[in-house]
Amino acid sequence: MRRFEPQIQGWLLLLPAAVLLVAFTHYPAVATVWHSFFSTARGGRAAQFIGLDNYRDMMDDPVFWQALRNNAVFALGTIPVSIALALLMALWVNGRILGRGMLRLAFFTPTVLPMIAVANIWLFFYTPGYGLIDQLGSLFGLPEHNWLGNRDTVLGCLIVVTVWKEAGFFMIFYLAALQQISPVLGEAAAVEGAGRWYFFRRVTFPLLMPTTLFVLVNAVINSFRLVDHVVAMTKGGPDNASALLLYYIYDVGFRFWDTGYAAALTVVLLVILAVLALGQFLILERRVHYQ
Amino acid sequence: MTGSASRLARPLETAAAWLLGLLWILPLAYAVWTAIHPAAYVAHFAPGAPLTAANFVKAWNAAPFARYFLNTVLLVTMILAAQLVLSTLAAYAFARFPFRGSTIAFLLALLQLMVMPDVLIVENYATMSRLGILDSILAIGLPYMASAFGIFLLRQTFKSVPRELDEAARVEGAGPIAVLLKVYVPLAKPVYIAFALVSVSYHWNNFLWPLVVTNSVTTRPLTVGLQVFASVDQGVDWSIITAATLMTSAPLLLAFLLFQRQFVQSFMRAGIR
Repeated sequence: MRRFEPQIQGWLLLLPAAVLLVAFTHYPAVATVWHSFFSTARGGRAAQFIGLDNYRDMMDDPVFWQALRNNAVFALGTIPVSIALALLMALWVNGRILGRGMLRLAFFTPTVLPMIAVANIWLFFYTPGYGLIDQLGSLFGLPEHNWLGNRDTVLGCLIVVTVWKEAGFFMIFYLAALQQISPVLGEAAAVEGAGRWYFFRRVTFPLLMPTTLFVLVNAVINSFRLVDHVVAMTKGGPDNASALLLYYIYDVGFRFWDTGYAAALTVVLLVILAVLALGQFLILERRVHYQ
Repeated sequence: MTGSASRLARPLETAAAWLLGLLWILPLAYAVWTAIHPAAYVAHFAPGAPLTAANFVKAWNAAPFARYFLNTVLLVTMILAAQLVLSTLAAYAFARFPFRGSTIAFLLALLQLMVMPDVLIVENYATMSRLGILDSILAIGLPYMASAFGIFLLRQTFKSVPRELDEAARVEGAGPIAVLLKVYVPLAKPVYIAFALVSVSYHWNNFLWPLVVTNSVTTRPLTVGLQVFASVDQGVDWSIITAATLMTSAPLLLAFLLFQRQFVQSFMRAGIR
């Protein structure tokens, strides 16, 4: 009897968390796939099995492709810049720089603000004519510009906001990693006469690789997970030019109440996240020292 | 980089760092300026501009912000309390009870790090509807109460607790739960603080799921309330909107300014895995 005790105790301890995890993570993930093969129940007509019809519609849906493309542009626009800035910030505030505490504060503060608050502040900056950016521009004789109302600039505007919000967050992880690097390495390099750039390229940056990977995965997830600013600033417009995938899911699911199609769209998002998870797992397998 | 080049590089670098810092704090500084001055001084920087609290008063009176604050505090407290209890129990199971299937169960739990409730809004909405709890604070909180992140963090910590401490307590006749409370939980205190700070900031700021699942004043958290307020009620009175924006962020911002070190260290701790 004693041999079974830890078994039962283990499962009992896990049970409450497991029930909630299954109910709100695993079940909905599986149910999403299942429901993506059904039509949406409408006005007394129950949902019917329609096979791959939702996916066929998706292939022909220009807004879906647009949202996917937007999301790719958004990810490529935010991720490299915010990671590079985060690294730069971390290197600066890790060293002996004048006003280090103030700088840390300045870089990190946007992280604490709700995205929805950030979006509202920036919404005002982008206001045509009256907003801060046009006011500054007018000092240099630049014309008024409808930043968020223009298909060509709207995604860029969202990218700027996201970089501003996220760089300081990623800085923290680099800062933590930098503090793990032994100062002896730097001293040795200095004795050898290695320049700072050389030292960074050959020692610091390779040692930060696991952090970069971690931050990268987080950044990619965030670019698919966070659409608060789209809701608050553009509602995906103009002409879907700023619709991201999750925003489109929200739009289809809760404005048009087409839950069947929304499920098919969610499956695409889940596949993207799964590929990411797999990629991270495989890379981590090769880097045992990471954990 | 030696000699005169590096002597010049240092101050240049400091200047660049300060420029970026200034650029980074500017949006917030500007929001503060707008909120504490009369509307005439929006985007008009006169050194002697009169200060006013009227924007805050107007914003506070224009929408049920007191209720939104209460909702958010309830929500954040409820989620955190549940997360702490559930993650502690689950992490204890994973760290110290070699039960059958624990590896697979652990990997399945970690799945939530990738597939967060944030992206499963359509199905979770249907579930809440079936449970009959749409438009309730409980419905906002439920999907987040079991946290893979918390389980992971605490499991790592519990695993690092020396077995001897555990066994010593057991010899004295303590049961599994008593050992957990007397040995493991006290040793994990910094991790609990780190997790709590990260969790509170996350859920104070969370928006899309609460937006989807709530529909009335009595359930809306601050973020959703702010959005409703800014998009419907105010038109373009930026000083009032900015005041409301700052008001909703103020508690976290103040906490951050007061406990800056703990915040930064908590986020760091949460990030190192």
